[in-house]
Amino acid sequence: MAAVEHSEGAHAPAEAGDGIRRRDFINLAAVSFPAMGVGAVLIPLINNMNPSADVLALSSIDVDLTPIQAGQAIKAEWRKQPMFIRHLTAGEIEAANAVDMGELRDPESLADRTKPEHQQWLITLGVCTHLGCVPLGAAEGENKGEFGGYFCPCHGSHYDTAGRIRKGPAPLNLEVPEYEFMSDTSVRIG
Amino acid sequence: MSFPWAQQYEPKNGFTKWMDSRLPIFRLVHGAVGPGYPVPRNLNYFWNFGVLAGFALMVQIVTGIILAMHYRADGAIAFASVEHIMRNVNEGWFLRYAHANGASFFFIAMYIHIGRNIYYGSYKAPREMVFLLGMVIYLLAMATAFMGYVLPWGQMSFWGAKVITGLIGAIPFVGESIQTWLLGGFAPDTAALNRFFSLHYLLPFVIAGVVILHIWALHIPGSGNPTGVDVKSPQDTVPFHPYYTAKDGFGLGVYLIAFAIMVFFLPNALGHADNYIEANPLSTPAHIVPEWYYYPFYAILRSFTSDFFFIEAKLMGVIAMFSAILVVFLLPWLDNSPVRSANYRPKFRMFFYIWLVDLVVLFYCGGMPAEEPYVMISQIATAYYFSFFLIIIPVLAKIERTTPLPNSITESVLGHDEPVAPVATTKSTSGDPSPQPAV
Ligand code: FES
Repeated sequence: MAAVEHSEGAHAPAEAGDGIRRRDFINLAAVSFPAMGVGAVLIPLINNMNPSADVLALSSIDVDLTPIQAGQAIKAEWRKQPMFIRHLTAGEIEAANAVDMGELRDPESLADRTKPEHQQWLITLGVCTHLGCVPLGAAEGENKGEFGGYFCPCHGSHYDTAGRIRKGPAPLNLEVPEYEFMSDTSVRIG
Repeated sequence: MSFPWAQQYEPKNGFTKWMDSRLPIFRLVHGAVGPGYPVPRNLNYFWNFGVLAGFALMVQIVTGIILAMHYRADGAIAFASVEHIMRNVNEGWFLRYAHANGASFFFIAMYIHIGRNIYYGSYKAPREMVFLLGMVIYLLAMATAFMGYVLPWGQMSFWGAKVITGLIGAIPFVGESIQTWLLGGFAPDTAALNRFFSLHYLLPFVIAGVVILHIWALHIPGSGNPTGVDVKSPQDTVPFHPYYTAKDGFGLGVYLIAFAIMVFFLPNALGHADNYIEANPLSTPAHIVPEWYYYPFYAILRSFTSDFFFIEAKLMGVIAMFSAILVVFLLPWLDNSPVRSANYRPKFRMFFYIWLVDLVVLFYCGGMPAEEPYVMISQIATAYYFSFFLIIIPVLAKIERTTPLPNSITESVLGHDEPVAPVATTKSTSGDPSPQPAV
């Protein structure tokens, strides 16, 4: 519409000496006004698809660690995603610490991935960093992969006892969420 | 459109005359799929699959609209509502099986249609737009089918959705926020299910719109043919109706028999048993696979297992998978050979057949777990897939010695040009819309 009016205006005599006519200004102002409105309307059209308030509200959980024996792990659900809470055995801690950092795709030590004083508690998201499957290895009798940690069956990613990626297509270690120890036997995740 | 000898539309009675000067829709149909569309006389049965794909789309739209009347897109009840359709809704099992298998048949028709296109060089000038629009339809169909597979909310639905949206998470920096935005959460749930349902309902109508553009673009140059030789004279063509309506009608009958066999006797043969287990975010099925029509691309995705220069293996796989489809879009510009049909290109024909075998291999590996030897086999097959498009086709276009083309379509059919007139001329000039009694 603006373009049409503009070309009609081209036949009208110019009004000001500097080449900007009153009609150009009116055109521009008239088009900019709704354009800003359209721009503003895009925000709700796009942003409505982001997580809604009730989804965001489910963001922290408390977990009791007492029933988890060394060598065992449990799955908890956090933000609709599985969490792995694993009580490492002394052997597993040793195995994790024995690895040469240079070999790792995503170099992190076990100490980086656990809290001080609580090195035996490995808390990670149970979401493969490749395409998001739940790796095996948390429940009794599941395949733990070649490095004794977790194994993702989807495309064959192997994680070690510190949840670090060792083999397969996943690029990163299993993500460690924000969490804190409320006491020696209870953690709050999120 | 098309040829000067196309039969002209003449409204016969008062009503069609009245319409013709107000909304000439009968004229449009007459010229699009009626006697007014001259088509090469030598089309073989591979030319049936465009019509079959269109038919499959209609089946999907009709059954889909009905299923939507009984389905509920909520993570808590979606799975149960599908079982409700299967057990309680009258003939619901039939509608759902027809819809699920109909999707597979739509893809079968599209794959054969695309394969025919590549073999006969139909993508070449002047039909590039027909080809590109067709590929757009294929891409839209892939997106629609993916979202449709999520709706029953079984294990494969959930994990398929998670893995595929995880692909977007592979994009550096912004990927994860885009993934969360698409899902409306941190993992697929009701929010994702609802929007997938909304789009799954919308996209088929978008596809139908692009189908109209596809047919419109086809009618500018007219249909290709197995020799790849242009139409030169009226003897080379016959009117679409009744000649090809009859041929397509026969093809449709065969198609429907195959479809009925699947729907009534093997309704779950193309599906996956895990999808009859309700979605569970805490446990991944031992072996996640997408629907069969994505297998070759899934194999390509998984064939990238180590980092490629500075690009992560994961991102590389995603790029490769999308490129595998996008590279097909470039075909009209990758292949400069002036000869269209592979019938006259012995080397191209050979590589084309190897490519078909390659696709079968990728298909097979895509359905297998990500273990050796399948990973290595898919790596080799992926290498051939890309070389076929990016190396073999451009090089062959330069160096291949093609065999002699017939002078005309008529010559290829009758062995000589300028046939003894009666047959062909009566065909192309007869204006009678019902020349042959249907007995
Ligand atoms: S999602 Fe775990 S290896 Fe692909």
